[in-house]
Amino acid sequence: MHLKSQMQYKITFILNIFGRIILSFATVAGVLFMFTRFNEVEGFSLSQVLLCMSVVSMAFSIAEVFARGFDIFPRLITNGEFDRALVRPRGIIFQILASHIEFVRLGIFIQALAVLIYAAPNSGVDWTFDKILTLFLMISCGAIIFFCLYIVYASFAFFTIEGLEFMNILTYGGREFGRYPYAIYGEGILRFLTYIVPMALFQYYPLLYILGREENKLYMFAPLLSVIFVIPAYLFWRFGVSRYKSNGS
Amino acid sequence: MKNISYNYISYATLFKIRFIAGLQYRAAAWAGIATQFAWGFMEILAFAAFYRASPDVFPMEFSHLVSYIWIQQAFLALFAPWGSDVNAAETIINGNIAYEMSRPLSIYNRWFFEKAAIRVSRTALRCLPILIVAFILPEPFGMTLPSDPFVFLSFILSAVLGLCVVTSYSMLDSISVFYTMNRYNAILVIFADFLAGGYIPLPFFPEPLRKIAELLPFAAMQNTPLRIYSGNISGNDTVYAICLQLFWFIIMLVTGKILMRNSLKRVLIQGG
Repeated sequence: MHLKSQMQYKITFILNIFGRIILSFATVAGVLFMFTRFNEVEGFSLSQVLLCMSVVSMAFSIAEVFARGFDIFPRLITNGEFDRALVRPRGIIFQILASHIEFVRLGIFIQALAVLIYAAPNSGVDWTFDKILTLFLMISCGAIIFFCLYIVYASFAFFTIEGLEFMNILTYGGREFGRYPYAIYGEGILRFLTYIVPMALFQYYPLLYILGREENKLYMFAPLLSVIFVIPAYLFWRFGVSRYKSNGS
Repeated sequence: MKNISYNYISYATLFKIRFIAGLQYRAAAWAGIATQFAWGFMEILAFAAFYRASPDVFPMEFSHLVSYIWIQQAFLALFAPWGSDVNAAETIINGNIAYEMSRPLSIYNRWFFEKAAIRVSRTALRCLPILIVAFILPEPFGMTLPSDPFVFLSFILSAVLGLCVVTSYSMLDSISVFYTMNRYNAILVIFADFLAGGYIPLPFFPEPLRKIAELLPFAAMQNTPLRIYSGNISGNDTVYAICLQLFWFIIMLVTGKILMRNSLKRVLIQGG
């Protein structure tokens, strides 16, 4: 339904998607410029970094399409739209998800797909079935993690009413800094992104498997492990809902 | 003569009103400070990885880069090409521009001072905590003071000019609304941010591109003050870079004023 209504304004829709592709190109250009000077970073070549970057961008843009309602959640609380959702006999998360779906945000997905198509054959990877499966797991589980981060972001709004800007470092920051394998930021950051917010589980570890640096199947299925993050995110959301007091009539 | 000084008192008052209004949002400022600090730290870690890989092709000294990034984060609100809108675009679209025109102050000057004030107040709230922590941080990640007071003075001068260039650029952006009726031109903003060294510092650009980018008005925004402070631009190059900033400021100021006058002549207010 959302897709149909948004396709009614075809030219605007296409122009918007095109605009987003150009916007996200700045990050790609930044990486390309760096690699005209440097051959590798921590042993990763340009196409390997691009591979990593495209996976994170795709995961992020899928999450963003569906998480738009949570992104503007503080507004839904202040204008009372959330109160209406509470009285309906359907899951709250589903209602918020379904009320705001923006396909325009797939623009980044298209750009990332193009980068992936360029990088995949050049990265020196022998694309066997298990590696393609790993790639698929990285993207889909990554999308789930980013979606959960948006839910955590929205849950904070139950306590503060205002959105919290520092969550941006995990959502937008996760995408922006995910352009390089998370390991280059050092031991401490990698540990944080493994055990606290498991973004390295869908990015760095499976990437090692794809590049053939690790043979252990555990690395291949690391993205599935990261999905455990759904539990704390959901519990935090439930806690927020239970503490919710309406803003008024 | 009396009239001119009276006008400037008005603009100074406008600046003050916007400045004080901007200081009210303290909670938002703290969240912003935490975000910018974490962001800057991650940027430095990423560059550090490249530095470890091949220090010999690294185009800046590492300590220069660290200062560059901390100042960039601390003064983000001052130099970033986005986010200084005083609803100028809104005013044009919803027709309130008619009220603005009936006031005895030049609209260009009025908006210019308001835009600049918003930037200064946001920066005043945010820069100190970031700078303090950045100075305390241990060796490779900590910020350093410039080598001599002359460098610091030229940094201040260049920062003021940088603010003027960004503000006059954002005035051009607002004036373009008269023609396009389009509120927000994200592509132009990102383009400017990239060429100003917002994504990676200009010395990291590949060779012919770097030379071109350094001549463009965008380099006169944050690139020049940041690199003067860090010591990446020094000696005669400082004088040259500051003159270039002054040049672009005058060009954009004059263009903006002319365009503003032309569009106000043919402005059409709909409705009654």
